[in-house]
Amino acid sequence: MLRAKHKTGLVFFPAFDWAISPTHPEREERLLYTQDQVMEEGLLDIENIIEFKPDLVTLDDIQRVHFCVPDVWSVTTESHFISAGGAKKIGMAVLDGRVDNGFALVRPPGHHAMRIVHGARGFCNINIEAVMIEFLREAYDINRVAIIDTDCHHGDGTQDIYWHDKDTLFVSIHQDGRTLYPGSGFPDEQGGPNAIGTTVNIPLPPNTSEQGFLYTMKHVVMPILDDFKPDLVINSAGQDNHFSDPITNMNFSAQGYADLTKMLKADIAVLEGGYAIEGALPYVNLGIILAMAGIDYGQVREPDYDPDKIRQTTQVTRAIEKIGELVLSYWRQRKPARERILNQNEFFERKRNVFYDTDGITESQYEKIRVCPDCSGALKIDSSSDRGNRVLAVHIPRKACQTCMDLGHRWYESADGNTFDLVLLQDRPGNKYLKSDSKQRKE
Amino acid sequence: MIIGLDVGGTHTDVVLLGEEGLIREIKIPTDHSDLFSTVLESLNQITSGLGSKRIRRIVLSTTLTTNSIAQKKIPKVGMIVSAGPGIDPFLFQTNEYYVPVSGSIDHRGREVEPVRPEEIKKAARNFLDNDISHVGVVSKFSIRNPAHELKISEVLKNSFEKVFLGHRISGNLNFPRRIATTFLNASVYPIHKKFFNAVKRSLKKKGLEVPIHILKADGGTMSIESSIDSPGQTILSGPAASVMGSIAFAPDNQDALVMDIGGTTTDMAALINQIPVLEPVGINIGGYRTLIRALEVHSIALGGDSAITITNGILTIGPERKGPAMAYGGPVPTPTDALVVLGKIENSDREKAVSGIKALAESMGNSLEDTAQLIFDSVCKKILAEANAMIDRINSKPVYTIHELQEGYKLNPKDLLIIGGPAPYFADQLEKMSDYNVHVVPRWGVANAIGAALARTTSEVTLFADTEQGIATAHEENFSKKVDHDYSGRMAVENAYKLLRKKALRMGANSGDLELEVLENQQFNMVRGFLTTGKNIRVKVQVKPGLIHEYDSVVNKLTR
Repeated sequence: MLRAKHKTGLVFFPAFDWAISPTHPEREERLLYTQDQVMEEGLLDIENIIEFKPDLVTLDDIQRVHFCVPDVWSVTTESHFISAGGAKKIGMAVLDGRVDNGFALVRPPGHHAMRIVHGARGFCNINIEAVMIEFLREAYDINRVAIIDTDCHHGDGTQDIYWHDKDTLFVSIHQDGRTLYPGSGFPDEQGGPNAIGTTVNIPLPPNTSEQGFLYTMKHVVMPILDDFKPDLVINSAGQDNHFSDPITNMNFSAQGYADLTKMLKADIAVLEGGYAIEGALPYVNLGIILAMAGIDYGQVREPDYDPDKIRQTTQVTRAIEKIGELVLSYWRQRKPARERILNQNEFFERKRNVFYDTDGITESQYEKIRVCPDCSGALKIDSSSDRGNRVLAVHIPRKACQTCMDLGHRWYESADGNTFDLVLLQDRPGNKYLKSDSKQRKE
Repeated sequence: MIIGLDVGGTHTDVVLLGEEGLIREIKIPTDHSDLFSTVLESLNQITSGLGSKRIRRIVLSTTLTTNSIAQKKIPKVGMIVSAGPGIDPFLFQTNEYYVPVSGSIDHRGREVEPVRPEEIKKAARNFLDNDISHVGVVSKFSIRNPAHELKISEVLKNSFEKVFLGHRISGNLNFPRRIATTFLNASVYPIHKKFFNAVKRSLKKKGLEVPIHILKADGGTMSIESSIDSPGQTILSGPAASVMGSIAFAPDNQDALVMDIGGTTTDMAALINQIPVLEPVGINIGGYRTLIRALEVHSIALGGDSAITITNGILTIGPERKGPAMAYGGPVPTPTDALVVLGKIENSDREKAVSGIKALAESMGNSLEDTAQLIFDSVCKKILAEANAMIDRINSKPVYTIHELQEGYKLNPKDLLIIGGPAPYFADQLEKMSDYNVHVVPRWGVANAIGAALARTTSEVTLFADTEQGIATAHEENFSKKVDHDYSGRMAVENAYKLLRKKALRMGANSGDLELEVLENQQFNMVRGFLTTGKNIRVKVQVKPGLIHEYDSVVNKLTR
């Protein structure tokens, strides 16, 4: 009987009864052919490939990561609890030592969901990787986590959640934001003042093929990972870089994805996007699972694969090399950059607008963080949406110093009930998730 | 009157049932070197003195195919396998004459790469040079499009006695299992055919020209004639016989467990409202994972005759059986000996049992009675722990919809039905140590043969429709038709039911026993470029495993 070299856990949850809308790309049918391929190949019979049933995440699991406006139930459905629960189940299986690594093949995806959630962005409501990671950090002895996002779209939600967290390395490899949703993810986006450098963006030009992805992995991502020395490596395994994907312009392949997986050796992979549901997903997922399990994937090939047709031009190759050099130079300068910031103001502020394309909501944010020499810094966000909700969200980070803890509580307690419909607190050291709405305050 | 016969590892049990209930029961030792004589002899004994006209039906459950696979006493067969991209097909190699060839079909049944006849001809020549006359042909995704298997069999035509095609063996996805199942069918085909043709001839000679049915691993039966073309389904029918013998006594509105406590092993299965739980994919046998439909039976190597040893002061029961209990002339102490010491079993050689258990007691520094009780308790504890593990396993099976995850059925049995030789001695203790209501199944010694006698014909049909391609197919049934965009899930179920009825009747079912149900009914809108272009429909229906209604009154009489 066929036996995998690595014990690999799988959660397969195709949510065959859930779609954003009847003809939306994020639909019931999305993993149907992947399921057919996985079943027909007999993957679940292979010794050491173990399928788990997803658990549902709890309200606390979500509130640990997100400020949901007006509340969790208004911006999620059961499917989000299950898909995040699938990731959580795999995370637990890996950290309990039941498996060596694992892949949560779940939907809906999550990497466009930011810390504050007024609705759905880029088909995502809650960030399933972040919900998993923050649960694992509570339940197990892990601190440093690296997330390598290989979805074709910039993982702007994950970037937002970990923007100020110096213990989380977020690396996103994606199609250049000037040519694709969500339009962000440039190399100079490197993280907030307390975590400068731990956000790494590698935008690749359209028509990048296997050669370019694997070059970037080998020469840019792997050296940065080696420097960072994470306790846990997560792959946000989007599959829309595939040459046949209908909503992107890249030229990656099933073999390429499998090679990338083999090189990265992630502890946990979580499915993100990928909408070439017939021509790519069945083969890419097969390649990823085999690579994780340490089984030969040399004969995995999509029907219309022709390496000559998708080969990248020398112009693309040169552009990729240049981006790689730039990213590495930023990475090398992260410590002096942090020193410079510490010598400036005590607080950093930024203003921005966030657009929820899936739900058509526009949100304005004004964010303030304490520049802290000791921790990731107390953070408050004044957020209002064009639907009329204005909230103040206060985040006291994990491992916060006393000063930041006190400041966070002060911010929360002194918030003006007349200004905000809702005031929310994420007190990570105290493991408390509080909210007070304006009506209660007036009474 | 009907006859049920179950060939077991140690004994062969035969029963004769009639209006008045259980009329005769016979137990004879199984002669594994000559199963044919065992079967014939037991049929002779059970019918002796009866007019052959009074027998209406005979159901046989044998270990013929199971044993030939387990002991690898199977003839050479040839396998031709067309995989296309994916896992290297050599990793699923079943036997020496195993030839992967070109050709590829994708998940929607579209041809990606054709088969090459010259490769098939070459493989065929090699098979013939090696005196192979039975061949299995399997291609990946053949249940979506069998064109390649059919094309290969066309090339092989007239050169071999029998060619088994993967898509005719099961409607389920799983290429490696399809390979293994096709291989097993081709392998046991000649043995099975020879045996049952001989049985049929002998019975005919005795004037018994009644329908003969063979028990399958899913607890249903099929006619001897249809078994010839799917002999693989008879593999591991033994545990199914026991389960079927118990279901009449299970509650009809809640869950129950069935346990067959034997000499060497204890087999367990679960019932939901008297319907046995089926394996999700198929049985494992002799290192092969298959697509053979079967009851979900959990088997542990622990029974009344398990050998007891003590190493470093630790008592170990099983997994081996070295013979009967010492009380019955065996070589080593067993749980049965403990039962004899405790006075639960009489009519045996108590002195020998005591001598065996005493030796164990001394080396552990315990009293004789305490040691016997410890052995008995350990066996019960282990059996109950395994039962809980089985329930957990059934309940933790993955599901793929939100609805099933939230509303999915959780098995929660309150009753435990036990059968098998030592069953009555275990009942009280099992009830004391658990929350189950424990019942000893009436006629527990021959419940397996009763189960075989009363089992109805079962079958399953898988139907697949793709309205974008305009097809509805059940290739296992050689069914394919053109459909238009209006084809719906309801029409698919109707089609599937029609095919199922036809199939079940062909396999020997009584029309009164066709209790049909939908096992799976999924429908997906196929969206291409923000437009719905068709529907993808998957339907699976079955005849529920159960007992023939004609003998409902007989069952009632068994309880007395």
